Amino acid sequence: MQRIGVFICWCGSNIAATVDVEKVAEVIKSEPGVVYSANYQYMCSENGQQLIKQAIKEHNLTGIVVGACSPRMHEATFRKAAEAAGLNPYMVEIANIREHCSWIHKDMDEATEKAIILVRTAIAKVKLNAPLMAGESPVVKRALVIGGGIAGIQAALDIADAGFEVDIVEKNATIGGRMAQIDKTFPTLDCSACILTPKMVDCAQNEKIDILSYSEVEDVKGFVGNFNVTIRRKARYVDETKCTGCKLCMEKCPSKKGLNTFNMNLNTRPAIHIPFAQAIPNVAVIDAEQCIKFKTGKCGICQKVCGAGAIDYEQKDTFIERQYGAIVVATGFKPIDLNNFNEYGYSENKDVITSLELERLMNAAGPTSGVLLRPSDGEHPKVVTFIQCVGSRDTSGCGKPYCSKICCMYTAKHAMLIREKYPDTEVHVFYIDVRTPGKNYDEFYRRAVEQYGVDYIKGMVGKVYNENGKLMVQGSNLIDNEQITIESDLVVLAAAIEPEPSVRKVATLLTASIDTNNFLTESHAKLRPVESPTAGVYLAGVCQGPKDIPETVSQASAAAAKVIGLLVKDKLKTNPCVATPNESMCNGCSQCANVCAYGAITYVDKEFPLPGRKIEVRRVASVNPAVCQGCGACTVTCPSGAMDLKGFSSKQLMSEVEAICKK
Amino acid sequence: MKDVALKMVERAKELLANGEVARVIGWKKGEFYFDPQPASFETVEELDSFVYNGFCGANLSKYLIKMSKKEGKTAIFLKPCDSYSFNQLVKEYRIKRENIYVIAIECQGKLDIQKIKAKGIDAVTEVEEDGENIKVSSLYGEYTVAKDEVLLGKCSVCNKTHQVKDEEIGDSERPVRDGDRFAEVAALEAMTEDERFAFWREQLSKCIRCNACRNVCPACSCLKCVFDNPASGIAAKANDDQFEEQLFHIIRAFHVAGRCTDCGECSRVCPQNIPLHLLNRKFIKDIDGFYGEYQAGEESEGKTPLTSYTEGDTEPNDVFNGEAK
Repeated sequence: MQRIGVFICWCGSNIAATVDVEKVAEVIKSEPGVVYSANYQYMCSENGQQLIKQAIKEHNLTGIVVGACSPRMHEATFRKAAEAAGLNPYMVEIANIREHCSWIHKDMDEATEKAIILVRTAIAKVKLNAPLMAGESPVVKRALVIGGGIAGIQAALDIADAGFEVDIVEKNATIGGRMAQIDKTFPTLDCSACILTPKMVDCAQNEKIDILSYSEVEDVKGFVGNFNVTIRRKARYVDETKCTGCKLCMEKCPSKKGLNTFNMNLNTRPAIHIPFAQAIPNVAVIDAEQCIKFKTGKCGICQKVCGAGAIDYEQKDTFIERQYGAIVVATGFKPIDLNNFNEYGYSENKDVITSLELERLMNAAGPTSGVLLRPSDGEHPKVVTFIQCVGSRDTSGCGKPYCSKICCMYTAKHAMLIREKYPDTEVHVFYIDVRTPGKNYDEFYRRAVEQYGVDYIKGMVGKVYNENGKLMVQGSNLIDNEQITIESDLVVLAAAIEPEPSVRKVATLLTASIDTNNFLTESHAKLRPVESPTAGVYLAGVCQGPKDIPETVSQASAAAAKVIGLLVKDKLKTNPCVATPNESMCNGCSQCANVCAYGAITYVDKEFPLPGRKIEVRRVASVNPAVCQGCGACTVTCPSGAMDLKGFSSKQLMSEVEAICKK
Repeated sequence: MKDVALKMVERAKELLANGEVARVIGWKKGEFYFDPQPASFETVEELDSFVYNGFCGANLSKYLIKMSKKEGKTAIFLKPCDSYSFNQLVKEYRIKRENIYVIAIECQGKLDIQKIKAKGIDAVTEVEEDGENIKVSSLYGEYTVAKDEVLLGKCSVCNKTHQVKDEEIGDSERPVRDGDRFAEVAALEAMTEDERFAFWREQLSKCIRCNACRNVCPACSCLKCVFDNPASGIAAKANDDQFEEQLFHIIRAFHVAGRCTDCGECSRVCPQNIPLHLLNRKFIKDIDGFYGEYQAGEESEGKTPLTSYTEGDTEPNDVFNGEAK
């Protein structure tokens, strides 16, 4: 006979203010199988756990139900308490009467009734629980970092510094990411390249770090401690081991009209090129769509001039497979497309540019060698108008609902730099709010206004139009309560940032969750901000949410610390809630193997006795419990119901449904 | 048709006589001209009762699950529509392709005896095809009937072609049938929820749970059906209340979703004339819309839309919000 104990937590007033916890505990006492029922202010506290342990021993409980917060919060706590009292930890069920009940209801009677039903449901399940034992799996002592921007670089350096091998997979031809495109960094105005490139070089020189540039993650199998990753090494048509980075090919390449993506398409570059001077690896890449050799079959000049014999037009994409214990996602961001913002005339006017384009215009290695010149006619702009929140904090549906967080600071930086270098230039900034929290940030912004005389106008811009070669910026000045039009030579849009779109594919491969804005979701917004809910996957940089360089670097180091904490372990406990087939019912149809995201299911031919001492050989599913993550996809796909999940069997789930439906 | 039938018997005799196959699966004479039955022939003599006529609508593929496990090779006559079920069974490892010899046979559409009877023609003794018409002989006289009017429902919208063959007998050319197989589904979709519920309630209440649909369905090939398995917890669900049949058929439709080749056997064998194929066609129509055109049984390996994920897949919320493709 089952002896079930029920423990109802008040969670201070979190639960008790909306749910009559005493009534729940009282009503539940009469449930068949329940021999003990209690309520307590904080079940997760030392005293609360003691209460549970004592009850298990005194009442010889065979299973317990804790009516409390989400199992994501304290299931582990209560399992440990049960284990300490000699009960198998998998004989514990949590009834979530906080997130699923008290927090979302107002009426006490209704919430109490629902809490009773939820606890009853958990009782129905725990009665069918079976003791389970966790297994162990080894940890591969190597990490993968996806994305070679400052987030990925920092994470890789920290992981390597702890003595673990780490691979950086970067889809572009060089690491460096967005930070390499930036001219100066706030709030200190030091040169971005000067602080980034030493780190890039450190990566290249570190024996523990393997940079896989021009590569993409193609497939991910496995699980925490044992990821098996297939990486596509895209054909760059240049042998990385031979190219010396002499750039002779770039000089001689006759096809020089390709858009320079590194310079935000503001100038051109040869078909064979090294993205920028400090690229790591310092190896050329051929843009096959632009290259004459690929288009017509003729040319081949780069191959002729290359002294190292590095050019290989026959190169094909190759695939490598590697094992990792942990994965850091650092896929970064891009500015949004401005197609939805015709009012600013971005596509019609060459002199309406984005802030990232301005970075390149002001950079010494940029298309104008760092001299601020208008893209249209190469003249010095005398009036520069900045428009903030282009697509940020936008609830109209055209842009993004969130604040991009970095724009206020970089706009203040741009305004300041322009005033510093060209004191005769008028600078206006249209803003909704100026948001500058952060160490030395507000001081920085105030310097722009007070010291450099930047004209900040509170108000939004209605439209930008071209009149006699001048850009007319029409907006409202909310402080003076008037409509104004500013005749400008250059308009700079602080375009919202969004996660690099390829993150969706990465998230899918990793089964990492993603929010409606394509930002990767952290495991807990406050307490586990660098961990993905998918075990063994960590987050760094803007892929998790908008952030600036200092924050990105801190998060990358935090992610690295988590990775190191995982990799120092020799073995991990595995989840015993895994799928298991009933071989006598298995059709061998392979549908479960098709849906298994972890590759945990294989098929074996097995002998089964038939009546009359005959033997039948049948193809049946076999689950590798070390690989299975207990997601349950196979159990619902199996048409005959042969596949079941330990701890979440169809019978248990059905009995829960029945308990909910019971009047 | 008679030529084809003769050639089939000859070929079957040859295959059995020279020992190439141990058995041939085809159709044998029934009690009447219009009720031939699926059968396995193991000797040349047994083939005396072999028939192939306008009433051989039965899909033979499913019989291979048992028959092809026996010693020796099994030959089978497959109509175009049957070949899709065959591929699907190979894909699900229910039959072994290498143990089977497939003879693709001509089919110009099979006839529905009930539709012929509805025209007042009883006691049919023979049917001869004559272009767009058929000549029906009965104990009471001879009749000429437009073939389109007496085709099986599944045949009237069929444009299927042979997907698998080791050899072919007869002509594979057929008239193109331009009927829209989703027209009936679209009509149901156009109903209000209440109307649709009333429609299915009326149809499904006719069910006598004879299991003919399940037993004939090539996709229903489980070793043990969940409805026969008390441990599944589903057996009881299907007869929890008086409206049990609704759940039985709907659960069955879910189980064959993405695997159903639209062979139409469920509706053909239903003694109560429930249009069961409409449930499956609704799934097929939705799969086509959500994941791109897909015909189960066109290939004999690989993943299907419902057991694979691609980035272009319609998201469940899009379906829920009515924003699906």
